[in-house]
Amino acid sequence: MSLGRRIENGLALVLAVLWISPLVFAVWAAFHTSTDAVNFNLAAPWTLENFRTAWDGAPWLRYFLNSFLLVTSVLIGQFILCTLAGFAFAQVDFRGKDTLFILVLLQLFILPEVLIVENYRVAASLGLLDSIIGIGAPYMASAFGIFLLRQAFKSVPKELDEMARVEGCSLLGVLWRVYVPAARPTYLAYALVSVATHWNNFLWPLVVTNSETTRPVTVGLSIFGAPENGVNISVISAATVMVILPLFAAFLIFQRRFVQAFLRAGLK
Amino acid sequence: MAQATEHAAPHMALMQRRRAIHGWLLLAPALVMLSTFAFFPSLATVWTSAFSRGTRRNPSEFVGLENYERLFDDPTFWTVVQNNLLYAAVTIPASIVIALAMALWANSKIPARSFVRTAYFTPTVLPMIAAGNLWLFFYTPGFGVLNQIGAFFGAPSVNWLGQPETALWAICAVTIWKEAGFFMIFYLAALQTIPPDLKEAADIEGASRWTYTRRIVLPLLMPTTLFILINALINSVKLIDHLFILTKGGPFDSSKLILYYIWENAFAFFDAPAAAAMTVLVLAVLGALAAVQFFVLDRRTHYQ
Repeated sequence: MSLGRRIENGLALVLAVLWISPLVFAVWAAFHTSTDAVNFNLAAPWTLENFRTAWDGAPWLRYFLNSFLLVTSVLIGQFILCTLAGFAFAQVDFRGKDTLFILVLLQLFILPEVLIVENYRVAASLGLLDSIIGIGAPYMASAFGIFLLRQAFKSVPKELDEMARVEGCSLLGVLWRVYVPAARPTYLAYALVSVATHWNNFLWPLVVTNSETTRPVTVGLSIFGAPENGVNISVISAATVMVILPLFAAFLIFQRRFVQAFLRAGLK
Repeated sequence: MAQATEHAAPHMALMQRRRAIHGWLLLAPALVMLSTFAFFPSLATVWTSAFSRGTRRNPSEFVGLENYERLFDDPTFWTVVQNNLLYAAVTIPASIVIALAMALWANSKIPARSFVRTAYFTPTVLPMIAAGNLWLFFYTPGFGVLNQIGAFFGAPSVNWLGQPETALWAICAVTIWKEAGFFMIFYLAALQTIPPDLKEAADIEGASRWTYTRRIVLPLLMPTTLFILINALINSVKLIDHLFILTKGGPFDSSKLILYYIWENAFAFFDAPAAAAMTVLVLAVLGALAAVQFFVLDRRTHYQ
C-alpha cells in the first residue's frame, strides 16, 4: 500500500471518529454523574440515575406516542395522496399535465417551514391547531413523494398494465394490483425518509402545538432541556439519548436496506 | 378503412375526455392539500405583508409597501441577512466537499468501511434539536469538550456560543456535521453508476488515481453536485432548529438567521406583517432558485 493511500485511510478513519464523537460523548455522559462527565473522569462508575431523573421530568411516554401517531398519520396521508397523484402523472395522459407537474414540483422550493406564519392561520381557521393532524397536514401532499412514485410507476412494464385491463380491472384496480406492488422498494425508501424527517421535525410542530397531548418528542426535548429548567448536562444527555434511540435503532437495523432502497429509488 | 376512422374519432375524443377526468380526479386530493398548505399561504403572505399590524385600537389597514420599508430600516434585518449569507457561503461548499471526500472514501477499499459509512451517516438520522444538545457539550465554556482539549494544549477557555465573533461559526459547524453525511448518500449512489471499465481504461493508460478522480469521476458527478447544491441552498434557509438550543440567535443577533427571525417576529413579537414581508422575500429567492433549477439547469438529469 502506498504512503498516500495509507494517509488517506487514516484521514477517513479520523473523520469517522470525529463525526461520531458528539454522539459517543453524549451516550457516555448520559451514564455518568454530571461532575464526572464534566471532568472527563473516564474511570468513574456508571449510573442509570440520569435516565431516571430525565424520565420523571417530562411526560415522555405521551410525547413518544404523539410522535408515533404523527409519523404514522403523515405516512398514510402521503402514501394515499402521492400514489394517486404519482399515478396520474405517470400513466394518465391529459392536457395540462406538464404544467401541473411543474406546479407540484414548486413545492420542493416553497417549504412548509418558510410558510409558518400563514400556515398557522390556515390551521387555525380549519380548527387544526394543537392537533396531530394539524402538524402533519402541510406535509401530506409531498412533491418529493409524488415525484418518486411517478418515477417508479413509469418503469412498470406496459404489458402488465394491459394484461390487468384486459382482465377487466378498473383504473384504480390496475393501480392497486399492478403498480403499487411493483413500486414496493420505492415505498420502503420513501417511508424511511418520511419517518426520519417527521420524527425529527421541530419548527412547525413547535408553532402549531401548545399542549402535552400533541407535542412530539423533539418539542418535548427542547422544553425539557431549556436553560430555565436548570437540568444538568448529564440529564439532558440521557433525555437526548432516549429521544434518539428508537429511530437510531431502526436505522441500524435497516441501514443496508435504507441505502439500497435509496439507490434504487433512482436518486442519482 | 375511412369509415373505421370516422367511427374512431368520436370514440377517441370520448376516451380522451374520460382520461382527463380520471387524471384530475386522481390529482384532486393532492392538489387540494397543496393549495391549502402551499399555494394559498404563499399568496396570502403577500396579502398580509401589505397590511398594518392590527391592534385593539387600530384595526389593521392597507399600508402598501410600508412593512417592507420598516423592514429595510430595521438594522437587525440586515444583520440577519448578512448572517444567512455567511451561513450559506460557509456551510454549502464545506458540506459538499466533505460529502464528496466521504463518498470517495466510503466507496473505496478502506479498513472498517461499514463503521466509517455508519459514522458519516449517523448525524443525518438525528433530530437537529438532539444535535443541538450533543454539541452543547462541545461548546460550553470551561468544561465543554473543545475547551478541555484546548486546555490540554494550553489554550485559553473560549465561550464559543457566547461571543459574537464565534457564535455563527459554531452554528455552521453543526450544520456541516449534520448535512455532509446526507449528501454523501447521493454521491455514493452516483459513484456506483460509473462503469468499472472507465477505471480499467484509466489504469491501462497509466493514469494515477488522482488523475482518474479529477478527470473522470468529478465530471461524471457534476449533475449530482448540482442536485446537492440546490438542496444545500434550500437547507441554508431551512436548517435553523439548533439555534433554539444553542444560541437563540444571540449574542446580539450575531447568529440569528432569517427563518429564526421570521419565527421570532411572528410568534414572539406578534408582528405578523413584518414576518410576512420577510417570508415574501425568502419566497422570492426560493422561487428564483426554482426557476434556475427548472429552466436553466439540465432538467433531464433529475426531473424526467
